[in-house]
Order: sequence, then C-alpha cells, then structure tokens
Amino acid sequence: MNKILNRAAALAAASFNGQGQKAPIESPSGQEAYSINYEDYSEVNMENYIIEMLHITKEFPGIIANDDITLQLKKGEIHALLGENGAGKSTLMSVLFGLHQAEKGEIKKNGEVVRVSNPKDANNLGIGMVHQHFKLVEIFTVLENIILGVEPNKAGFLQKKEAREKVMELSKQYGLHVDPDAIVEKISVGMQQRVEILKMLYRENDILIFDEPTAVLTPQEIDELMDIMRNFAKEGKSILFITHKLNEIMSVADRCTVLRKGKCIGTVEIKNTTKEELSRMMVGRDVNFVVEKQEEKLGEVVLQVSNVTVPSKISKKDAVKDISFEVRAGEIVCLAGIEGNGQSELISAITGLEKMSRGKVTLCGKNITKAPIRQRTKSGMSHIPEDRHKHGLVLDYSLEDNLVLQRYHQPEFQRGGFIKRPAVRSYAERLIKEYDIRSSQGAITIARGMSGGNQQKAIIAREIDKEHKLLIAVQPTRGLDVGAIEFIHKQLVATRDAGKAVLLMSLELDEIMEVSDRILVMYEGEIVGELNPKEITVQELGLYMSGAKRNMEKENSYAE
Amino acid sequence: MQNNQASPKFKDMITGITKSKAVSTFTAALLAIALGLIFGFIVMIVAKPENSWYGFTTMLFGGLRRLGDVFYYATPILMTGLSVGFAFKMGLFNIGASGQYTMGMFFALYVGFMWKLPPGIHWIACVLAGMVGGMIWGFIPGICKALANVNEVITSIMFNYIGMYLVDMWIQGNAVIYDSGKTRTSYLPVSAQIPSLGVTGSNVNVAIIIAIALAVILYIVLNKTTFGYELRATGYNRYASKYAGMNDKRNTMLTMLIAGGFSGLGGAFAILAPSTIIGSSMTYEPINVIAANGFNGIAVALLGSSNPIGIIFSALFISHIQRGGTVVSSLYGYKPEIIDVVIAIIIYFSAFAMLMNSNVARMIKKRRLAKEASGNPGNDGQQDRKEA
Repeated sequence: MNKILNRAAALAAASFNGQGQKAPIESPSGQEAYSINYEDYSEVNMENYIIEMLHITKEFPGIIANDDITLQLKKGEIHALLGENGAGKSTLMSVLFGLHQAEKGEIKKNGEVVRVSNPKDANNLGIGMVHQHFKLVEIFTVLENIILGVEPNKAGFLQKKEAREKVMELSKQYGLHVDPDAIVEKISVGMQQRVEILKMLYRENDILIFDEPTAVLTPQEIDELMDIMRNFAKEGKSILFITHKLNEIMSVADRCTVLRKGKCIGTVEIKNTTKEELSRMMVGRDVNFVVEKQEEKLGEVVLQVSNVTVPSKISKKDAVKDISFEVRAGEIVCLAGIEGNGQSELISAITGLEKMSRGKVTLCGKNITKAPIRQRTKSGMSHIPEDRHKHGLVLDYSLEDNLVLQRYHQPEFQRGGFIKRPAVRSYAERLIKEYDIRSSQGAITIARGMSGGNQQKAIIAREIDKEHKLLIAVQPTRGLDVGAIEFIHKQLVATRDAGKAVLLMSLELDEIMEVSDRILVMYEGEIVGELNPKEITVQELGLYMSGAKRNMEKENSYAE
Repeated sequence: MQNNQASPKFKDMITGITKSKAVSTFTAALLAIALGLIFGFIVMIVAKPENSWYGFTTMLFGGLRRLGDVFYYATPILMTGLSVGFAFKMGLFNIGASGQYTMGMFFALYVGFMWKLPPGIHWIACVLAGMVGGMIWGFIPGICKALANVNEVITSIMFNYIGMYLVDMWIQGNAVIYDSGKTRTSYLPVSAQIPSLGVTGSNVNVAIIIAIALAVILYIVLNKTTFGYELRATGYNRYASKYAGMNDKRNTMLTMLIAGGFSGLGGAFAILAPSTIIGSSMTYEPINVIAANGFNGIAVALLGSSNPIGIIFSALFISHIQRGGTVVSSLYGYKPEIIDVVIAIIIYFSAFAMLMNSNVARMIKKRRLAKEASGNPGNDGQQDRKEA
C-alpha cells in the first residue's frame, strides 16, 4: 500500500513540475492516509449498513464532481458529510435522492443494489431530504404542505381530518411544534424547517438527509434541532447531515465522511477525532480558527445613519424603522440578526440600491442620502454585496473586466472613452496575484466558470483595493469554506487596521463574535441591542436576535 | 484497440478547437444555415419536385452572378440588423426597427423633395435626415422604457404601426411628394441620389461602404469603449450594472436612440439608392404595409449573434439567398410566393436554429453522457455472458 502511495505522490510531483502553477497545493500523502479507513469499515460491518453508496462517480462537463466516493450509513446513526464548497456534497446527495444519475458506482439498501432514478424512487426507499432552500408552497397551510403529493382522499375528495390526526401525532411524538392551520409564508423559518421535517416523517421515511439545516436558525433553534436529530437516531432512523460547521458535527454526529475536490478523503469516528483534524481533512492544511486582532484605534465618524426608515417590498409595513447609528474609522461594526429582520434593506438604503422613505445618511460629513450610486462610490464607499451573482459580478464578463467594474471610468483605465486594455490587464494581474484569485485562464477567465470562493475573492479584491473610507461587507463569507473564510476575515481586519471603517452584516454567529468590535442586533426592523462581543456569550446574542431581550433606550422608555 | 486509442485524441483535438468562442459561434451559424437550407429544399421538393434541384442550386449560387445587387439589397438589412443587434447587446429587443426604418425613409424623402440643396450636399442631408427620423422613433420607446419601465417590445411594435400610418398619411397629404395619378410618390431629384460605385449593370452604391464602416465602428464602440463596456454589462446583468453605479436610464435611452438611428439610416439608404430596377428605390408607395426590412433585421441580427462583424456577413448571406431566389422564380417556373416562402424558411429557420443552438448542443451532450452511462453496464453484461 505504501508503495502505491509513494508512486501517487511522485506522479503528483511530476505533474506539478509539468504544469507549473496549476498543481494542487496540499500534500498528497496526507490525503491518502485517511482514505484507507473506509475500506476497513466495509470489510468489518457489512451487514449493518442501511444505505451504501459504493464508488460513486459523477461527471459534469469539464469537472468530476464525485470521483469514486464511498459513503456508508449505519442504521440509527447520525452521519455528517463535511466538505468545502464545490467538494461534491450536494452532488452526492442529489445522486442518492435521484436528482442525478451516477456514471459509475452503485447504491445499496440493506445490502441489495437499488436503482434511484428520481426522487419518487428515493421516497419509496424511505429516503427523505430537507433541502437548504425549503421546498414549500408559501400560500398553503402547514397541513396542506405536509400532505402535498400524498393527500389521503376518498374518490378524489381530500380527507384532511385523517391527515391532521397523523400530523399532530408525529408532531407530539418528536416535539416538532407546528400550527397545522398557519399559512407557511407567515411562520418563522424555524417552523418552516419543522414542516419540512414533518413532511419526511409523514411519508414514513427512515433515512433523513439534512442539507445545511442550521444556516437559517438561531442558536436556540440549532440546539433544538440537534436534540430532534438525536431523538431520531434513538428511534432507529438514520441521518445524513450535510454541513461545513465543525462545532455542530462535533456535538451531534457519530461518524463523519469528508470530501475534498470531489474525492473522498475518509470516514472518521467523531469520538476519535478533533475539530482541527476535521478541518485539516476538509481543507488540506491547518486552519486558524481564531481571528487575530489588535486593539481597535477609533478615528472620526465615517458613516452616520440617522433616523432611517425603509419601506418593505413584500408588505405594507416598514422593513427598517427609524434606525440611527454611526461607524467610526478603525472599527468593525456588525449588523447581526436573523435573516429578514431588515438588515438587507438597511444596507440597500445605505448603498443606494433601494430608496429610503425617511432619514439621512452621511459619509465623511457629506450628505449622501439621495446621491446616485456612482457618487457614493466616489465619496469612498466600497460595497461587497450580499448576492455576488446578482449584484457583485457580471458573470459573462472576464475576470479582468469584473475587477475594474467600479473603476473602468477612472482616468487610470480610460482615455477619451476608450478603455486602456493594457492597464486593465496589468491591474487585474496584480490583484489576482495579491489576493490569490484562482481561475483556469487567469485574467481572461469568464467569471461564470470560477468557483464561488474565487468569485468572492475577486469582489473583495476589487472593493478593498479601490480607494475607500468605508467598507460595507454583506455576508462576505456566505457559502464559503473554512479556508476562504479565514482569508476574508483577515482582509476585513486588515482593512480595519488600515484605519478604514467597516460595516459588516452577517448571519453567522461565529463570524459576528470573532470579527466585530461592536455588534448592533436588529430585530423586526429595529436595533434592539448594542453589544460588545468581548462581554457577551453566543447564547445571549441569540436571545437578542430572537427578540427575547433588548438593551436599547427605546425599550426602557416604553417600559416606564 | 488502436481505434480506441485514436478516438480520444481526435476527440480532444476537436473539443480543443471548438472550445474557442469565436469558432464555436461561427460553426453554430454555419450549422444553422445548413439546417435552414435543408428545410428550404424540402419545401421546394414538395412544391415542384422536377425542378427542385436546379432551382435549389440556382438559389444558392445564382446570387454570385449578381454580386452588385447582393450588396445593394444587403445595405438596408445590414443597417436594421445592426440596429436590432446593438439594442440586443444591452438586453433590449428592438422589434420596432420597421417603424424606425419607415420614419427614416420619410425624413429622407421629405428633405429630398422639399429642400433645394446643391448636388454634392443634398444626398448627405437626406441621409442625415433619415438618421434623425429613425432616432426620434427609437428614442420614444427608449424614454418610456427608462422613465416608466414600459416594455420596449410593446411600445416599439405599436410604433411600427403608428409610424407606418403616419408616414402614409403625410405622404398622401403632400402634393409635392405624392403623385396621386400613380398612387405613389414622384421620383426623387437626382441630387438626392446616393453616388453609385459605378459597377456597370448593378445598383451597388456608396451606402454599402458606409454601412460596413458603421458596423466596424459599432464593433469598436461595443468592445473598446467605456460606453460599450457599460452597455454590455447592463445587457448581461442589469443588477450588477446598477450596483456599479452605471446610469441605466441614460444608457437605455441612448441605446434606443442609436438603434433607431441605424434603422433610420437603413430606410434612407434604401430610398436614396440609385436603381435600374423600376420602383425599388427613389420612390415610395404608401400601401399600409409594414416594412419587411425591419423584421429581416431581426433575423440578420440573430444569425450574426448580435456581433456587428457577424451581422455584416449574415446580411450579405440573406441578401444573397434573396437574389438567388428571384432568379429561380423567373427561370424554373416556381411561383414567386413559393420562393418567398422558401427564403423566409431559410432565413428564419437559420435564425431560430442559431437561437436554439446552445440548447441543442446541451441536449446532444446530455444524450451522449446518458449513452455512455448506459453503455458501460451493457459491456459488462456482454463480458459476463462470454465468461459464462
């Protein structure tokens, strides 16, 4: 075995020399050491597996999304599937759920080969899935959503009573509290997720796939979900848990399979491993979890937001209600809150993407309340947008064209309306080098073909390198893997240390606690708390985010 | 075994070549044309089997004998093609090229008849007037789109009719322009005529050179200037262009203005061209028909995948097929309507095939992958049987 490993390493080294810079960075030997593990398992506990995915290979044009991946799920275990973005987790689950067909490999249930060619087959095999983005009919009630597709009926007439009894029974049994008659669009995200889980239970699935279920939840809700998952496992249901959050895996999973770049790195027992080891398996190198920061050196006020109100797009209420705060040079202020509490609307109003109905925004003493976006950019605002595909990039443009998206009109890059191509090229090449943006063809790569992490790096490079006094970063690490997150956090801190003001909006609690100097918690369009991350716990922050607690003056005045 | 080794290499080579974007668009266009031709040929066989082959080859190559005419007829559709293609780059569908074309024609006619100018300058003034006419007619839908977000497809379709009826009304109401005895306008004075290139026996004139030069300029504007950069960015991703602070409203109006100008020039070039074919230029017959050249511009733009250089070639190709077609109807006893149908089929089938091309390519790829996937177990099965 070792000989083979050495040969593989030598081959990799040879290809490294041959291709120059494109070769992988991680050491191949580290990767191979883990991959032996799963073979051992397959020989020892053959009969215990409820689902086996053996040697799955799935190719898409240009890439191999899954390369000879083996995943074995025991009955009654919680099995985590860990990997960076683009590692092939979702593809593997889509193969299991029948959304894609693998080119090679087979799926076994209880030792027998089965064919899953569509989600219906998967359902018949007892496989259910909670998708990352819920698949619910928003204008239907909870009950209607749960029975959708398997409605009990007599001669075509719905038998809701029967269904309701069954749903309520399940709800009680597992502690999944839902109101069966509530309209889905009006209930909280946590309850929507419980509806999705009930959907699986109603269909009597006993293999449950959770695709990044905790991304949208508060810490309290996450704890609840973890308990629910443990209960399922106790009942003998088997759970596949897709995530890239290591803490959750450590607390709930029994075993974990790690994927990297479409390859299976190995399966490990959680009790025999550590967070650090898991992250090393996932990224291929050591990752620093603690963001290193010096003490902040506060400067003058850069951004001042006074009494801003923003109307909501979906309802008649205001999404942002009379908010005031300021951001000074040299600090990172974080807007925290559960998704949909007005943070996005507030950011849109500050950056000029949406109009505010009342209030005033000043940037470095200049009133920019009604300024067009170009004016804001010129006044020193940099903006890493929430949706990198919708706002951040022109996906059909090359990387270099995207890197000058905010600057193409400056004299450095144009003369008399003609773009100076050589200047653009050399600028792009400098940024690519400085920010380590990887792509297949360098500056001329079409942005669409780049990985999410590198697309985000390109945006960050563009916004940070541009002359600015305020950096607005909206969920800059959303959907990115540990390595990329580490890089982005470093950049944010470096920007702060360079004496710029940073306004960060994030939904990730770890990020909020680690990166920010000051936290503003938003709940239902209002700032309900101004917190110091050094003085509070994650649990406390969670209470503020869920609206259970507030420390702003307004509350006091109401109380009196 | 050798075959197996050779085929992946060959495959790599092919994919290597076809990966380059320019080549793949060009081959896509050729494939689309081939499909269009096959379909057209089938219609000709159905219509008149005995002459179909001669008719078809004449249609394909007959234009070569009348190259000057090919250029003459290509000029207006090149301009409307540029108009549609340019707006398309910004994400706007300028279906109103016909109305702008008609307006341009009228403005050119008006200046030609009503203004007395010295010979060297008169035709230039007419051409410029045509451009202004088209610009106005393109600008109004542009304003509606930019300021009130009214869909430009709807406004520009309506403006096709408004423009056409207005022009017919204005012409019939003007005693200097309209000759009620012939139910058409009088012939324009010679001073308003675009200078001929002097190729004997053909109508090719300076306009084609101007048109090609404009296409090249448009290409440069689109690809080398900040305006083109903004325009394409808006066309690809409206939200990102807004995020980057580009002035979406100004660009929308400007794009429609320019697109209208191109169509207007097309109309002017068509009406002001010197022609030996009676009634084909220098005079206009107000018969309440929307100008076909505007709609042909859509096909030209689609076939040229909205690239100004590609549009030059697609305009020439379509004009070429049309010239060939007129020969066929006179020589091989096909009814002119059938030839029109065939030409229309070739043009539109090509254009739609072009449009569908990416989907077709995806479908073929998918099917190939599926075949490979299902092929593997099949092979295994055969081996098993042999072993047994």
